[in-house]
Amino acid sequence: MKRRVAITGIGVVAPGEPGAKAFWERITSGSTATRPISFFDPAPYRSRVAAECDFDPVREGLSAQEVRRLDRAAQFAVVCAREALADAGLHDGDLAPERTGVSLGSAVGCTIKLEWEYAVVSDAGRLWEVDPAYAVPHLYDYFTPGSLAAEVAWVAGAEGPVTVVSAGCTSGLDAVGHGCELIGEGTADVVLAGGTDAPISPITVACFDAIMATSNHNDDPEHAMRPFDRTRNGFVLGEGAAVLVLEELEHARRRGARVLAEITGFANRSNAYHMTGLRSDGKEMAEAIRAALDRARLAPEEVGYVNAHGTGTKQNDRHETAAFKAALGAHAYDVPVSSIKSMLGHSLGAIGSIEIAACALAIEHGVVPPTANLREPDPELDLDYVPLTAREKRLDAVLTVGSGFGGFQSAMVLQRPGTAA
Amino acid sequence: MSEFTIDDLKRILRACAGEDEAVGLDGDILDSGFEELGYDSLALLETASRIEHEVGVAVLDEEIGEVTTPRQLLDLVNGRLVQKV
Amino acid sequence: MSAVVTGIGVLAPNGLGTEEFWSRTLDGVSGIGPITRFDASRYPVRFAGEVPGFTARDHLPGRLVPQTDRMTQLALTAADWALLDAAADPGDFGEYDMGVATAASAGGFEFGQKELQNLWRLGPRHVSAYQSFAWFYAVNAGQISIRNGLRGPMNINVAEQAGGLDAVAQARRMVRGDTPLVVTGAVDASLCPWGLVAQLPNGRLSTGDDPRTAYQPFAAGARGHLPGEGGAILVVEDAESARRRGAPHLYGEVAGYCSTFDPAPRTGRPPRLAAALRGALADAGIDAVDVDVVYADGAGVPELDLAEAEAIAEVFGRNGVPVTAPKSMTGRLNAGGAALDLAAALLSIRDGVIPPTAGVTGPDERYGLDLVTGARHVRVGAALIIARGYGGFNAAMVVRRCPPAAPRPARAAAVIQGEGT
Repeated sequence: MKRRVAITGIGVVAPGEPGAKAFWERITSGSTATRPISFFDPAPYRSRVAAECDFDPVREGLSAQEVRRLDRAAQFAVVCAREALADAGLHDGDLAPERTGVSLGSAVGCTIKLEWEYAVVSDAGRLWEVDPAYAVPHLYDYFTPGSLAAEVAWVAGAEGPVTVVSAGCTSGLDAVGHGCELIGEGTADVVLAGGTDAPISPITVACFDAIMATSNHNDDPEHAMRPFDRTRNGFVLGEGAAVLVLEELEHARRRGARVLAEITGFANRSNAYHMTGLRSDGKEMAEAIRAALDRARLAPEEVGYVNAHGTGTKQNDRHETAAFKAALGAHAYDVPVSSIKSMLGHSLGAIGSIEIAACALAIEHGVVPPTANLREPDPELDLDYVPLTAREKRLDAVLTVGSGFGGFQSAMVLQRPGTAA
Repeated sequence: MSEFTIDDLKRILRACAGEDEAVGLDGDILDSGFEELGYDSLALLETASRIEHEVGVAVLDEEIGEVTTPRQLLDLVNGRLVQKV
Repeated sequence: MSAVVTGIGVLAPNGLGTEEFWSRTLDGVSGIGPITRFDASRYPVRFAGEVPGFTARDHLPGRLVPQTDRMTQLALTAADWALLDAAADPGDFGEYDMGVATAASAGGFEFGQKELQNLWRLGPRHVSAYQSFAWFYAVNAGQISIRNGLRGPMNINVAEQAGGLDAVAQARRMVRGDTPLVVTGAVDASLCPWGLVAQLPNGRLSTGDDPRTAYQPFAAGARGHLPGEGGAILVVEDAESARRRGAPHLYGEVAGYCSTFDPAPRTGRPPRLAAALRGALADAGIDAVDVDVVYADGAGVPELDLAEAEAIAEVFGRNGVPVTAPKSMTGRLNAGGAALDLAAALLSIRDGVIPPTAGVTGPDERYGLDLVTGARHVRVGAALIIARGYGGFNAAMVVRRCPPAAPRPARAAAVIQGEGT
């Protein structure tokens, strides 16, 4: 019999207050978490806005050792993993270690620690032959970010397959997709899957400055990220994490777990075109969507909501609008499409998982979160992008997509429990 | 620097964005399209940044998207150089 | 449905290209020497396995060189060679029939160090536009996809050394799905001052002052390993489709795989490496006696060597199977090292020879290993490759000789006849 994948627990650290509840309230209220960068002096940068998490690791229960050892991205992941397990009603000893896995997405790993430790050993860039005397004990954990998945494995006591999936900005989606594969093929019964990134550091901000991917609406930080709007000029860098408890459906049923949603389809494709550029036809994303729907055995007309990648770059919003039309046909014009990045910024390898969490909660609550800051529609973009205000709607099937550097395009289908084929 | 020449531009292009061997930069490329020469928008951003640091002339974000040939880029940079002097 | 390796591309410290690497490996020629890529005189580790004589411009288009780290240049070249070896022309495959599944350990570190220095010394406007993708973990996969027009699914694993096998397992999943050909494997390279200093705190690098003895896996005098650069890119295909298109080499079948994760040290639970070995054998449907050689992880750190030897003995018995670790000639290449071991294992099958753990005259008796220290000629039908990733990652993979092509089923002919009548 086919093994099906249920989401039974959610943990989220998103910009603003941590926790899945605060996250859901924010994205349904339409209020944005974008603000001037506070982590360092942003004055020399082109884009000086970010979506930061109000995250106090001690208040979130991390020990002094964890605070010292863990990069911010790892701290997010650990806190999310604990929330997700509690949400799933799983306690120490409930999981069979060898049947439990971890698949954690991250685009840039432990970038904050790596950059600051670099600054120390290089004496702020003065030395090419950097000074080993200042290397901190856990530097190797930052060097190779498998450590992020290892920390989550320790939280869950997982001893099955454990990996980081690092596919750039689709990491969060691809990691959950990989988690579904592990359950589907029978390698694991439970997988903690999600994504984490804490990229708000000088080097990341400088990178996106250099390619003008980020918004320079610096004088209006709360409204800087404007997906699908005529005045959009790029994304706002965000940070955060989401970890989901993925569970084989029968396993969840046997223990009487609440099932939030089923993940019934996932696929990804590459455009083989450009590391950062997108063709306007959205062809490969459309193909990923078709393949994901096919695996879910759903017709395009059955999709009740599309969670867009919606980064608010000129290129992206055209690209995915074309992809939705190509994959969903006439239904693209009827289905609500929104970008929660408008409120949370773009947290690279984390956001795909955060968006899956949003989709699961949207199904549970029957609410479509809006696209904030969409005040001046772009005549070229003619779908229903749910501007400004959330909408009540019963959702049986939702689609979420991601697009990232390297030309990667990913799509996933979630369905209300009991409605999947 | 009093004038930013086509040779300066070729040197910068080769250093920061490389050279497409199918086309090459050796001939008269003043009016060839950057695209035709194998350079995408990232290559031009990189080039503009290098020009800024070497010549001290900034090419604005919105301008770099408009420039399509080496001649246009030289004119833009040299126009600024004259203003500076 | 079986997944077979049809193409191999190798860039290793002891050889550019598969055959050069292989003949030198069999001859016990080491690629380890003093670090030449930067002045390492102030560092406690002064030897490494550098890929010699590699000039990116000789192998790659001029436009690609300035935008890529050395790691990616090596990976792109290895991918070119692997596809050439497989005689796979992307034009002969369907639009989405070729995928990419690679692993990474540390991203484009040397490129990253240059840009970090530009940022910290000169300011954000001096950071290259190419930094946005040259240093992230997905870069090799993206560039390989773009250069070769591979538009099917993609995935990137990060689990240090173990990731190299995880990636090939992912390639097998894709092949078993709907993707007939996948470019997989891994190449790592981070031999720059910052890359070396970031590795020092893991406490596993050898500070030996003789390049011939500094890295001696399983030797009584083992004192750590040396870093290295390079790896292998492989072409994995569906066996039937490879035969149909007349693929020139069927190096072997990716027959079994398992990955496990060690519990946190404080739990007192036993390590999980032996379980990974057993899992890979079970997945391949073979017994320990069917394995003709084990390619060990060979960390060269006494307690890690002991743990690995115990796991091998638990599954195969003491001195129960020939064990080799040719990485004593290359240094540890992280994910690239696991892929390189896999390539060597396939060549062992092809040529009926086990390469030596060069540099080790005799293993420490307490390990109970039949360590191969001089090339041993013996028929190899199946090989087991072990890769352990820092932090607790264990992966094991079984490759075996491809069975001869099944005779053309008579039934098919009958159907055709039937249709004709």
